[in-house]
Amino acid sequence: MDQNSRDRTNDFVVKIATVNGTGSASANGMLMQAMFRMGVPVSGKNVFPSNIQGLPTWYEIRVNKHGHLARSPNVDLMVAMNPKTYEQDIAEVRPGDAVLFDSSWPLEEDLFRADVLFLGIPLSHMCVENFKGARARILMKNIAYVGAVAALLSIDLEVLEEMLEEKFSAKQHLMDSNKLAIRLGYDYAKEHFDGLLRVRIEAMDANRDSVLMTGNMAAALGCVYAGATVGAWYPITPATSLMDSFRGFCADLRRDPETGKNLYCIIQAEDELAAIGMVLGAGWMGARAFTPTSGAGLSLMNEFLGLAYYAEIPAVIFDVQRAGPSTGMPTRTQQGDFFTVAFASHGDTKHVLLFPGDPTECFYFAVKAFDLAERLQTPVFVVSDLDIGMNDWVCEKLEWDDAFVPDRGKVLSAEDLQEMDQFYRYLDVDGDGIPARSLPGVDPKGAYFTRGSGHDRFGRYTEDGDLYQDVVDRIARKIEGAAEALPPPEVRLANDATVGLVTVGSCRGAVLEAIELLAEDGMVLDFLRVTGFPFSAAVEEFLLSHDLNIVVEQNRDGQLKRLLMLETAVPKKKLASVLDYRGSPLGADVVVQGVRNQLGLVAVEAG
Amino acid sequence: MTQTAKPSVRHPGLKTNKLGLTQRDYEGTQSTLCAGCGHDSITAAIVQAFFELNIAPHRVAKLSGIGCSSKTPTYFLSEAHGFNSLHGRMPSIATGANAANGNLAYIGVSGDGDSLSIGLGQFCHAMRRNVNMLYMLENNGVYGLTKGQFSASADVGTKAKRGEENQMPPIDPASMALTLGASFVARSFSGDRKQLVPLIKAGLTHRGFALVDIISPCVTFNDHEGSTKSYAHTREHGHEVVETDFVPLLHEIQVEQDHGASTAVTMHDGSVVRFRSVDEHYDPTDRDAAYAHLKKLQAQGEVATGLLFIEPTSRDLHALENTVDEPLVEVPFEKLCPGSGVLAELQSHWR
Repeated sequence: MDQNSRDRTNDFVVKIATVNGTGSASANGMLMQAMFRMGVPVSGKNVFPSNIQGLPTWYEIRVNKHGHLARSPNVDLMVAMNPKTYEQDIAEVRPGDAVLFDSSWPLEEDLFRADVLFLGIPLSHMCVENFKGARARILMKNIAYVGAVAALLSIDLEVLEEMLEEKFSAKQHLMDSNKLAIRLGYDYAKEHFDGLLRVRIEAMDANRDSVLMTGNMAAALGCVYAGATVGAWYPITPATSLMDSFRGFCADLRRDPETGKNLYCIIQAEDELAAIGMVLGAGWMGARAFTPTSGAGLSLMNEFLGLAYYAEIPAVIFDVQRAGPSTGMPTRTQQGDFFTVAFASHGDTKHVLLFPGDPTECFYFAVKAFDLAERLQTPVFVVSDLDIGMNDWVCEKLEWDDAFVPDRGKVLSAEDLQEMDQFYRYLDVDGDGIPARSLPGVDPKGAYFTRGSGHDRFGRYTEDGDLYQDVVDRIARKIEGAAEALPPPEVRLANDATVGLVTVGSCRGAVLEAIELLAEDGMVLDFLRVTGFPFSAAVEEFLLSHDLNIVVEQNRDGQLKRLLMLETAVPKKKLASVLDYRGSPLGADVVVQGVRNQLGLVAVEAG
Repeated sequence: MTQTAKPSVRHPGLKTNKLGLTQRDYEGTQSTLCAGCGHDSITAAIVQAFFELNIAPHRVAKLSGIGCSSKTPTYFLSEAHGFNSLHGRMPSIATGANAANGNLAYIGVSGDGDSLSIGLGQFCHAMRRNVNMLYMLENNGVYGLTKGQFSASADVGTKAKRGEENQMPPIDPASMALTLGASFVARSFSGDRKQLVPLIKAGLTHRGFALVDIISPCVTFNDHEGSTKSYAHTREHGHEVVETDFVPLLHEIQVEQDHGASTAVTMHDGSVVRFRSVDEHYDPTDRDAAYAHLKKLQAQGEVATGLLFIEPTSRDLHALENTVDEPLVEVPFEKLCPGSGVLAELQSHWR
């Protein structure tokens, strides 16, 4: 589509290039929040290095009145605040679009492009004149460019000022300096560049029932609402903010009002081996316990995950995926852990997985995960990624039903145990593959030995092959039986489509946008988003009913596609892949191009 | 191989404790360890200590890692929940379990292979967190189940069964525990039940991590001439620095024997541990002095035994984490879930 001819109001991308550790993250978040408060659909993607200070970092804001909020490479305004990346940042701007830069120092001649609008504002000079101290000047320069961008895009200044008042209500001097900085940038841009940009923002009412949240925040809140009391973890990007959030929520919501003591226990473990061990200890004892981690941590947890599977101990693991293998790119997003989580640990295992597609689902799936873990007496993984976990998303407001009763599964009380002739921990009495469990300390009749070594259905140690096989076969039945208890897949059917796009997690937005874009070219596609593993019958049905299923995911090896191949009856020739594993949130352009390639259509230029 | 239950015949004349239970009620299934194994003597001491402390077996969680010693929790307290976990990973299971329910008695059984090599990290960190548990380290200097390799506690110059000499310095759990800030450090010998039983009782009563390092000879792989963890060598070189007597709160009035020049330390629940120093001026509440004395004896080739150090007022995991008094597993869901009103209020700020 010709970008010059279409109406660009509430349909643009701003990219901000800064230096890590200079306080730009909160300034960028402010900009995005202001757009959100103007009622316009917006997303913000933080692209940051594994570094505390000094390396380049970017923030991409996409505004789209139709609600398409996946990452888009079509930058309309580049806010270039990092001289070290000027060259690449300026090169990214499309003809006719604009670069905002700090003109306190002249831009080198060869960086200029004739087809791009250069908007220079002496931000540093203005901050030196108006603020004291090196740190304040650096911080206020960020706020000043927020003001300038606000003027360029017609962001309501009152909205920004109101946000500052909320944020600094207790710190008058900070409010004053922030307001001044906003004004400096705003006034300069208004005076010199008013009306120059061809993109602008206009208030809408799309966010009335929405909130801004990250997936890690939402998942942490889900843990609070599910009644989790024990959290054990080892710090790891991008999962750290999940436990930070849980700690924050608990400090407010889980203090006993009379004693001031904690109705929770968070333990920062010595490593991921210990973190999952603590979760299993607590789960064995009857507490709802969880650990947040990422791929590298999961690798370490494998040994214990096999024990949890075989000894049938509930646990909830949040895997916020990042780019692997090994240390990989720890601050970049990917979906590369599907194999690891599906069959974690040695020997025959198979685990229950939930795949949230956004922060809202992180909340609901977290609550669901604890119910499933206790019902099935097994580890349950909530598999998100860095994009969902750490970026602010505009999400539907969360709802809570106060009549909710947690499903503790088959836990025997002292009375239950007293009524039984004899309790056997691993005996399946009702045929669903799930035995009853007893908790330590409840009743002498409930005592049994939990072990990762061979055991029979009565819980006794065994090296007898038949008795061993009896138990592992039952566990397999138990896990298979879980498929229909998981959240149902998201299916969107068009009329008579023969090709389906299949995806998972954070790829959702890009794939749905791509389906619309391809429909404009007359291509009709169905949509399936997988939300759980083992796969439900609906997933298999979808795959079988299409001539071709193109699986869109963010890893090199097509891990979801291969799982579908292994775990459903779909013939291999009905499956194809579109993959993007460069570490950035997926964009619709990649999907459109990939689908065209798969279908043997002539390649067109993206965008 | 399957486990063998002991016959449940009970002699009518057996002594009962305050709960009306006999010592037999504190036993488990038949041991499958080698005849004469030091670990079986320790198991017997554990049975006696729990019986004498009148602890209801089902209010105990017994945990272990992997190895010969880690098999032993099946041999005591059959009415307690047991957890035979992974090699070197028992401390993390115990930590999580204790975090969820601090009202049970916790006993962890481990060995030198389990605690001092693969599990060294978890062992150290459980001590740092002062998890309220009795940690029995049944120390024989070898890997038994894999047939006689040296462990990390093997002394320099000690000989393996086939004759090779260990060259690497040993990790001594007791002195390491002292440097890590452990709040209860004891050492004993599996062949000395008189010393071991009061130590187990004191360890169970101590609020915090109680380490009992027990030299427990391996009759099959490490009881030969030239081994420093044999019965003969330990009997000859064991050096009791303090005599320990544990006086439970409820029994205090009945105990009126002469204690000579003894020191009494009161535990958190009011029970008392009495010491009588065998070595002149030894003070088991002085960490630095305890460490120095231990090292001095070690240099002389002697193994200090007894309750080496105790800090009765130490703060355990729950005190450090400021958790509520009732076990977290017993807190009703209504107190944990903030409800729809709070959710709406929270989200009003996320705009």
